[in-house]
This record gives sequence, structure tokens and C-alpha cells, in this order.
Amino acid sequence: MSTSKTFKLDGKTISFNDGDTIMDAALRAGEYIPHLCHNPEFTPHGSCRVCIVDVNGRQVSACTQPAMAGSEVDNASDNIMRQRRELLQMLFVEGNHICPACEKSGACQLQAVAYYTNMLSPHFTHFFPRRTVDASHPDTAIDFDRCILCELCVRASRDVDHKNVFAIDGRGINSHLVVNSPTGKLGDSSFAASDKAAHVCPVGAILPKHTGYDKPIGDRLYDRQPVSIVGDVAAHEQEQEH
Amino acid sequence: MSIDTYIDEITAATRNRPDYLLQNLYEIQYQYSYVSDQAIKLLAEKLALSESFIVGVIGFYSFLHTTPRGRFDILISDSITDHMLGSRGLLDTLCNKLGVALGQPRADGRVTVDTTSCTGMCEQGPAMLVNGWTVTRLDQNRIEQIVELIEADTAVEEWPQEFLTVDDNIQRRDILLSDNSNAGDALKALIEQGDEAILQQIESSGLRGRGGAGFRTGMKWRFCKQADADQHYVVCNADEGEPGTFKDRVLLNSYADKVFEGMTLCAGIIGATKGYVYLRAEYRYLRAPLEQVLRKRRETGLLGTDILGKQGFNFDIEIHMGAGAYICGEESSLIESLEGKRGIPRIRPPFPVTHGYLNKPTVVNNVETFMAAALIAVHGANWFGSVGTEESSGTKLLSISGDCERPGIYEYPFGASMQHILQDCGATDAQAVQVAGAAGATLPAAEFNRCIAFEDVATGGSFMVFNQHRDMLDMVRNFAHFFVHESCGFCTPCRVGCSLMKDLVDKVYTGHAGQYDLDEMHKIGELMLKSSHCGLGTTAPNPMLDTLNKFPQIYNERLKHSSYEPSFDLDAALQDARDITGRDDAGAHIGTES
Repeated sequence: MSTSKTFKLDGKTISFNDGDTIMDAALRAGEYIPHLCHNPEFTPHGSCRVCIVDVNGRQVSACTQPAMAGSEVDNASDNIMRQRRELLQMLFVEGNHICPACEKSGACQLQAVAYYTNMLSPHFTHFFPRRTVDASHPDTAIDFDRCILCELCVRASRDVDHKNVFAIDGRGINSHLVVNSPTGKLGDSSFAASDKAAHVCPVGAILPKHTGYDKPIGDRLYDRQPVSIVGDVAAHEQEQEH
Repeated sequence: MSIDTYIDEITAATRNRPDYLLQNLYEIQYQYSYVSDQAIKLLAEKLALSESFIVGVIGFYSFLHTTPRGRFDILISDSITDHMLGSRGLLDTLCNKLGVALGQPRADGRVTVDTTSCTGMCEQGPAMLVNGWTVTRLDQNRIEQIVELIEADTAVEEWPQEFLTVDDNIQRRDILLSDNSNAGDALKALIEQGDEAILQQIESSGLRGRGGAGFRTGMKWRFCKQADADQHYVVCNADEGEPGTFKDRVLLNSYADKVFEGMTLCAGIIGATKGYVYLRAEYRYLRAPLEQVLRKRRETGLLGTDILGKQGFNFDIEIHMGAGAYICGEESSLIESLEGKRGIPRIRPPFPVTHGYLNKPTVVNNVETFMAAALIAVHGANWFGSVGTEESSGTKLLSISGDCERPGIYEYPFGASMQHILQDCGATDAQAVQVAGAAGATLPAAEFNRCIAFEDVATGGSFMVFNQHRDMLDMVRNFAHFFVHESCGFCTPCRVGCSLMKDLVDKVYTGHAGQYDLDEMHKIGELMLKSSHCGLGTTAPNPMLDTLNKFPQIYNERLKHSSYEPSFDLDAALQDARDITGRDDAGAHIGTES
């Protein structure tokens, strides 16, 4: 690797390869940039905007921005962290996130990233949208209240499972996840619990059935160490399911 | 004809190409007034797409529906200039006289009435669309006649011609609009001088994109030309959706030959054989006349194979329809839409010049840019560069509407001042000008010495005048609601931020806001501006941020005195409980005055 292919991430020198995004290079170097819609197994999306960084005075999403030699990337300033916190607060008020009652609490990437950015309350006025739960599938349930529109399930079902079980319908604030089946119900789709799409949700929207609340609070994924050390929830899917 | 046969026919006509999905859906919508489950199923089979993908595309575009609309599907333009001309009162009259609720088909299925984003008829509004036709200059009398025509089941094609007349209203001509070159002149220059010489003319003319962003056209064409690929594309962005702009409507109506000439010129230079005009659905009435111009150009050797006899100079143009989505004016969303998908802006880089339509190098330019390029090829770079300013050569078409005596199209050399423009259009008591539409800038009288130029006030052409009697908060509210409707919903700050902003503006408007809410608007606006995925999100807070700064009184005069006001009304929240218990005495209410 040529020594000229480096940039500075909060002052640390990070090497990168041709075609790397800032996120790719940071992940490889073991540096954490908060993110939700990004999963290194899939093509970058850039929709949650939580991975925004400042590159030479311009703000970009680290998961989509090609790494540039000699650039200075700010990933930790108060300004960047405050904006991330506000973006997370937006996600919290847009859906219905009742952490204390959620099976995913403690192992939820949204919650973990929120803690990481010192988010103490959702701050903005709650939208309280009317969303439903789809429990029609024998092995998997979807609680649409918690969907943050990261489209990881859409991408997984399309690109890995080749089933196209999920899609996004609507526009703007009415955008919502839909299931490809005659009834719109997961139980009538070709979805299977072994699908990749069942194992990529960063929040508690797509959940396995029959295993609720097995792990006590205190032992859950992010209970002892922050997301910056633990990493993505999807990377721990196997151990989560025993 | 059965729906099966119909869908067989339209999909066969587009060779079952999935990238023609949106075009197929558009046809089905106009044939049946909606896209039924059956139609979705058949399309999914024909085009090898999932049904939910098709449902998602329908759900993205305002003009596509999965439930039946009325046989007369009426959409009243909801732009601020339509409001100023009384559209809201006319909308109420129309709904009352027809006996319909907004957005709901009448029980007999005859009619629906709804609102839509700016239809581009601002200087001859209020306007509406009926089954895709445009009706201008609405007033009480015209509304009453329209009600009679609908009750008599008279097809829109048979309505009085003056209802369906759209005037150009050109008020000032400069080098573009007064040019009298002939069809083919630019292409002759291309063949005589060669593509490198003409491209150099375009480059040295200083021509910059007329959509508003102002990227150098010559540079864009050169990047695209240099991109190695088996096919290149030319795309004309005729999705003129910025509220208050209508100059492309006039160019496509009266100067289409020169626009197509510019596209063909571009094709000759970059090596494209195929071009598309992405025409906003609001301009459906222009489609047939444009097809006519294209036919004539084919007949006269200006399109097709061996153009003007030059061997290997092959190019043709196809018109693709939009379906009601402002975001598709953004070039990468437009390309997604051309490919038949939801119009979500792409991640950039890569840019369309290397990875555009079907991932091939693509030039996307505004209607006005293509026309200017064609005329530069005819008259030379100096002709063009001799007007305008150093940074902004040439002229700009402005669409002027709102409070002035002579609204219409004005062509000015760049550098024209607001003062000068306002004087010309007969705006004698302007309080403010909104330049570049909802996403643009609000200029108070103190800034009327500023100029139209990329280095000063840049604009795609929208120029809306507000007189001293207007409440500028009405404009802010209209734009805030507009952006909620038009945000694509892809990224968090724009999707959620637009709604939060709208709620805060409404809170101010209804007299329930405190200083805290204004601070919140600053904060949310700043976040949207800095962290959004595309230009819509980064400009959507402009009307709020600009007026908070320049027209603080429109907010301050409505504030409650306290610094903080709750976001909900305690007494109103008890209404459900009162309904259930049947109580409405004093004890069932909480005082709302603190």
C-alpha cells in the first residue's frame, strides 16, 4: 500500500485503498464512526445520516464519501456529535420507540448509538404515528413502530436472498416498509427466518418469535460496553440467537 | 378492451422493459383513473418486477393512485401565487357545488377534487388540472361553468377552448427570445466546424446551467464526452417544478425546435444516439405538440440516422413523462425516475456525466441551457459572452408572478437588479421578492439593489412578488407544507425535519408559539442544511431561516409572551374523554390560558 494513501481521522492517520469510503477505511483501522443504515456487507446507502463527518469544512456521510488522500476528517467534535444526537432524536420521535418495553432494549443499535452520542431524551415533539404489528409469520414478527427506514432488510432480501420480500412505499414522512405478498402480510410472503433479511435489522422491528426476553437486562449486547467497542448488532446475530 | 389486453399492448410497445414501468403506470392511470391490483399483478409478470416494488413506485408519485379517482380528476394548483389569486376560495366553491370532500371521489364516481403543487401557470392562475389538461384563469364564473360541464358529463376535450388556453405572456425579449435563426443552423455549424470547435465555443461562452446550480455546460459536456462507454445519453430536464417558475413551459411551447436542436448538438459532441425529454406531468398538454415538432425534425433530417446527411450522425429523442414529484427536478432523481423507479436522489459521486441513465455517461441539462447552447453554436461564444456579467454570461429567463401589473416571461442579461426588474413588471409597492422558488431566497426591499447572477442572487427563474399588504408568513407556511409533501423521505433530516418545521410554522401561525419554538426552527433548519442527502433537504429550511432573519416581525407579532409554550393543547386533548362521557361542563375543561 502506498504511504500517500492516508487521511487524518480526528488527528489519527488512517490508510485506505482505492475505492474505499471513509467508513470502509475507518472500520478496517478499528475506528468507530456511529452509523445505523450502514452494514459493510451491503452497498452503502447514506440515508440515516448518523455517520456524518466533517471533511475539510464540508459535511458528508462517511459511508458514501470516497476517502481522499490528505484530507482532515472530524468524527468527534461537539458540533458533529450534536448533529448526530439531533438526527437520532428525529428518528426517535418519528416512530414509536418504547425502549423499556422493547424486547430489543439493550441489544438495539439505535438505542446504543443514542447512548454513545449522549442523547438523554427524544427532545422533539413525538409524531405518535399509527403503525401496526405483523405477527402473521410463524417464526418472525415485524413491529413497524420501530422501523427507521434503513432499508437493510430491503437490500438483504433483494441482493442476498433474491426474494424481494421488502420494499418502501409512500413518499416523505409517509414512507413506510411494505411486504411483498398478496395480503401484504409477512406470513403470506416467501420470507423465512433463515433469510439474511431476518438478521440485519439494527432495531427491534424484525424480531424472532418464541425467544422473547430470554437474556436478562444487564447481560444484553450493549449493557456492559458501548457500541463503539461492541460494533453492529448484525455482526453479533449468531450469539444473540444462542 | 380488457385490462389484460391493454397491459399486453402497452408493455409490448415498450418491449417489456422494466425501466419503462413509470411510463406504463402513467398510461394506465390516465386510462383507468387508477392502477388496480390486477394491473399491478399483470405488470409484475410482464416486467419481471416484484409487486411491492411497483406499489412503491405508485406510492412515490402524486399523480398515480391505487384506488379509483373520479372520471373528472381535478387538481387545483396550491402554489402561493394561486392562493394570492384566490384559489382557496374557488376550491371551496368547487367542492360545495359538486358535493365532494377534498381528495375523496364522489359517490357516483364522477369527480374528485384535490390540490397539487405548483402547476406552472402562476401568471395566469389560479389554475387547475383536469384529467391532465390545464385550465387557467379560474374565477367564480369559470368554476360555475366547470361544475355544469362536469354535471353534464362533457369530456374535457369539448370544454370551451378559452378554458384550456395557455398563453406565453412574453414581456421582455433579449438575445435568446429575439433570435431568428432557423432549425438546423446549429447542426450545420457543428458539421462545418467540427465537434471540438463547437465544444470550445460552448466552453469559452461561459454558459452555465440554467436550472439554478450553474455548473459550466461546456465542462459537463467535455467530462461526458471523455467518459468511455458504448453508449452516451442526452437528457433534457423539463421537470420545471420549482414553485413560481414557468419559463420552460414557454420555451417548450414556442421554442421547442431550438431546445431539440441543443440536445442534438450535445449528442453530436458527446457521441450520444439517444436522448430523453423528462416532461413534468403538469405539462401533459405540451406532449402532443412536442411530438409533432419531433416528427417534423425527423422528416427534415434533423433527427434520425445520418442527420443533415452526415454519415454516422444518428440521434433521436423520446419524451418521458413525470408523474408528480418535485424531487425529480434533481438530476440524479430524474435519472432514477427515467429508469422507472422511485425518484430517490443517488449517492454522488459518481456523477451522471460518467454514471447516469442506465449507468452510462449522461448529460442532463435544463431546457433553457440546451436552447442557449444551440444559439451559441450558431452565433458564437462572443455573441453570448457580450451580455451579462463576467461570472454569469448571457441572459436569464425569469418567470415573474405575484403582485405586479405585468406578470410573465422576462429575459434579462445577467446583472439586472431587482429594482430594475420590479419597475419593468409594474410592481410598485413590493414588500419582498422570493427568488428561485420555495428553495430560494427571500429578499426584502433593503436588498432590491442586488442582481440576478450566479455570484449574487442565483435562480432557475422563479421570481414572485409580494406587496406591502401580504402576510409573509402565508408564504412561509405554504412552502413549509410544500416541502413536507415533496420530500422524498430517503434521509432522516429532510424526512423528519420538514414535518417538524411545518408543525412549528403552524404553531406560530395559530398563535401558540414562544421564542423557544423559533430557536428550535433555527436549530432544525441548520441541521437540515448541513446533513441532508441532497439539495432538496439542504434548501428546504431556506424560507424559514431567511424570514426569521429578515422578517422577524412576522413571527414576533404572533408569539405568546412566554418563552415556552407546550406543543399540544391540554384542553383539546380531553376532547375524546368528553365525547365518551358526554360531558361538556366547566369541570370537563382545562383552562388553556396560563
